[in-house]
Amino acid sequence: MGWPLIRVYTVLVYLFMFLPVAVVVLLSFNASQFGSFPMTGLSFRWFVELAHNDAILRAFRTSIVLGALTALISTTLGVLASLALVRYNVAGRNLISTLLIAPILVPEVVLAVALLLFLNFLSINKSFFLLLMGHVIFTLPFVILVVQARLVGIRRDYEEAALSLGASPVQTFFQITLPLLAPAVFAGMLFAFTISFDDITGTLFWKPGGVETVPTQIFAMLRNSISPEINALGTVMIFLTVGLPLLGLAIARRMAMQRGG
Amino acid sequence: MSVEARERRQPWILLSPALTAIGLLLFVPLAFIVVYSFWLRTASGADQVGFYLDNWNEALTDPFYRDILFSTLRIAAITTAACAVLGYPAAYFIARSDGNKALLLLLLMLPFWISYIIRTMSWINILGVSGAVNWVLLTLGLTSEPVQMLYNEPTVILGLVHFLLPFMVLNVYVALEGIDVSLEDAACSLGSTRWQAFREVTLPLSLPGLAAGGLLCFVLSAGTYITPLILGGPTDAMYANLVFEAIITQLNWPLGSALSLMLLAVLGTLVLIYNHYLGMGQLMKGLG
Repeated sequence: MGWPLIRVYTVLVYLFMFLPVAVVVLLSFNASQFGSFPMTGLSFRWFVELAHNDAILRAFRTSIVLGALTALISTTLGVLASLALVRYNVAGRNLISTLLIAPILVPEVVLAVALLLFLNFLSINKSFFLLLMGHVIFTLPFVILVVQARLVGIRRDYEEAALSLGASPVQTFFQITLPLLAPAVFAGMLFAFTISFDDITGTLFWKPGGVETVPTQIFAMLRNSISPEINALGTVMIFLTVGLPLLGLAIARRMAMQRGG
Repeated sequence: MSVEARERRQPWILLSPALTAIGLLLFVPLAFIVVYSFWLRTASGADQVGFYLDNWNEALTDPFYRDILFSTLRIAAITTAACAVLGYPAAYFIARSDGNKALLLLLLMLPFWISYIIRTMSWINILGVSGAVNWVLLTLGLTSEPVQMLYNEPTVILGLVHFLLPFMVLNVYVALEGIDVSLEDAACSLGSTRWQAFREVTLPLSLPGLAAGGLLCFVLSAGTYITPLILGGPTDAMYANLVFEAIITQLNWPLGSALSLMLLAVLGTLVLIYNHYLGMGQLMKGLG
């Protein structure tokens, strides 16, 4: 009893997590008209159709621009805040940390409503700007957690050496700290981009009419019925959000190894 | 300026952009909807500024809202329990396996990178009228007509468990990883069985991880409105669906504010209780 049973159980739990997603990928290559079982053959036709669907291409553009801007702003704010928390002895450190991760502790629906109504009160209507602000605020805590975890591992000696050799704090930051930080910055941006790219809960509240991100586009398409096109779109999304980060991870590891070695 | 004074000021300069953003985009808006929830949306669509208790009265006493609040909490509780039952043994296996731990961990992280909406809608391919299960049933001749298995409360829970399970496994794993394996060995050498050793030593020590995972599963499932929209039927609305309806469909923003704050109060109380007994440390370990 015991170990073999737990092993089988774990395999089943992993199957539960991945089988449905694997079926999405499988069905996206389905040649049959209705995108369901039985599969009649392998085909790329749904991907070709995706590439000709203007609404989906627009959604991709929106999602990518939104994700990139979110990553840029959120990581800038996050890296600065993380530096303060890791490198300095700030009074009220625990309180500040709690404040900074507060956007995770508040349910996203509530955050979405509050931001929408407040900015509307300030006469800022549903817009790309509102969408961007929303995405920045709920990705920021994740960026701070990731960047902080990486920062702790970077030794301070190099910066102190630069400072004692006469470099100004700003020079030290750009020439010593930032290159050492690069993997942390990179990880933070990737994380922010992925979270932004995947978000639907807040996005449905904030997006102006006619603007769709990829998840809200999928959501709108699901209203009709599930089609092989949605499965194909899902497959593309999985490749983007799993394939690219894995690639990024490999690059980051190489960068870190080159620096370390 | 002295070196010490500059040293004291620098962290605040670094912190100010992030704190300003969170203040202006989270705390001020939250304070604003508290005020807003006491205003009234008139029939003409304009807001009447003032101090009216109507929205709160409706949110607190209307049986429709109350029932949905209770069913939301029930769904969240069942989801959390299911995640614990499915997740704990898997986390234990990952923590204690020696061979392919790195691969198991990488696989465990993958769902976090796969879009929530795709993971949710993937169940339509499995359980839908033309899904995998129906195809198997039809092929085996177990049914002559496709069976509709979707769009009910169990499928909403299924979707939520599928979405939240990795959070549970990860949190329990982090806790188990921090427990010295030799403790269990010591218990065994003192005469307890492996099961006793697990129950008396490992399980109690891993409870903070289980609690952290449980809190995440509960709060995230109780705050969702997308899963019921995709996998639920017309009567499977959860509390956040009410908020979405009030804000986006009915455009009754003062009522929507009150409903949001109700949800925040209920879930915030849970977070505070958790924080009082266990602190945020374990939760941060699991998230970082």
